[in-house]
Amino acid sequence: MVNHTSLNQKEKILSLLEQVADPEIPVLTILDLGMVRDIICKDEETEIVITPTYSGCPATDTIAFDIKLKLLENGYTNVKVSYTLTPAWTTDWMTDKGKEKLKEYGIAPPKNKSVNDNSMRIQKMLFDQEDCIECPRCQSTNTVLLSQFGSTACKALHQCNDCKEPFDYFKCH
Amino acid sequence: MSPIINQTLQLADTCLILGQRNSEWCAHGPILEQDIAITNITLDLIGQARHFYQYAAELISKSENKTITEDALAYLRTERAFKNWLICELPNEDWAHTVLRQFFFSSFQLLLFEELEKNSDSQLSAIATKSIKEIKYHIKWSSEWVIRLGDGTEESNNRINKALQILWPYTGEFFMPADYEIISVGPLQEKWLLSIKEIFDEAGLTMPENIFMQSGGKSGIHTEHLGFILSELQYLQRAYPGAEW
Repeated sequence: MVNHTSLNQKEKILSLLEQVADPEIPVLTILDLGMVRDIICKDEETEIVITPTYSGCPATDTIAFDIKLKLLENGYTNVKVSYTLTPAWTTDWMTDKGKEKLKEYGIAPPKNKSVNDNSMRIQKMLFDQEDCIECPRCQSTNTVLLSQFGSTACKALHQCNDCKEPFDYFKCH
Repeated sequence: MSPIINQTLQLADTCLILGQRNSEWCAHGPILEQDIAITNITLDLIGQARHFYQYAAELISKSENKTITEDALAYLRTERAFKNWLICELPNEDWAHTVLRQFFFSSFQLLLFEELEKNSDSQLSAIATKSIKEIKYHIKWSSEWVIRLGDGTEESNNRINKALQILWPYTGEFFMPADYEIISVGPLQEKWLLSIKEIFDEAGLTMPENIFMQSGGKSGIHTEHLGFILSELQYLQRAYPGAEW
């Protein structure tokens, strides 16, 4: 995040954005998720640039609304939220603090760096198990992938072979 | 309308119509996890459609000097204006039909979007890059199902072979160029066939040969099924113009 905006002003806005949570995983703020890409203050206007996580994530519109509301409540009168798709969002931007909070909440955080290697062939990855995702309840690594698609676009469904509980995994993306 | 607007609308319509078809599985999937899987894929497709519609709306608004919204493009155009590939509008049959269509579709979508990513139009390129991350999940999921059903029981093998007979004639359209297309689709055919064959070999399936290929969707000539989809999809906006959630 760069620009035109004085540091002090930016920090004030950041501390407000820190209070805007993901409506589907309320322990995570939009800063934890790495969704805020830029803050631009021009004349009277404050523009917050965000990037969606998954293309169809229904939380995106709610988040834009919540950002506006939070800033309006705090005296910013002319607020604009805009979107950017480049660079494409990745779980690599999730903060360590965010990962810790996810785990406490009962969702296994993304384990590896996302791999965006076009030479990696999907055909060679079929029926693969993601290795050793730690169960957020009993910390066992004896777990199994049930489905690559979970309760929201960003999660996969796993199960622990030791405590037998199913759990969500925030998949690398 | 300019080639780039038409191309953008083709991709928007294509993602929307398959998304709408797949959404019919919501609460009807064979088991809960797979119900969630197909509806997640649907959500990605609708999200991709929105990105394309938003961009098309921006381009049309600029060139025609009036405000066109993404909703107007999705909800207020008629069959002849829709440019989706025909394979998307075919009615759902069974699970085998759905996973095989997704497999054909996503395997082509990946190749097409890898080209789109290199395009000089930065917004189309950005949408492609973002979508590719999602498409890879769709290919993995649908490939596994094609193998599972093809190499499964007699019943599952029969069903996926039946689906193959229905769907194959609609795969040729991927590679038949429309006059406005900004990406040359013909050269992608060889690569696509190789990626299909790789999975078919594992699934014990054989690609049909010398079959007449249907086309027309890209230029607005559709099967009788599209009108029914649109009447359901567009009902609310037609009956209550401007209605919002």
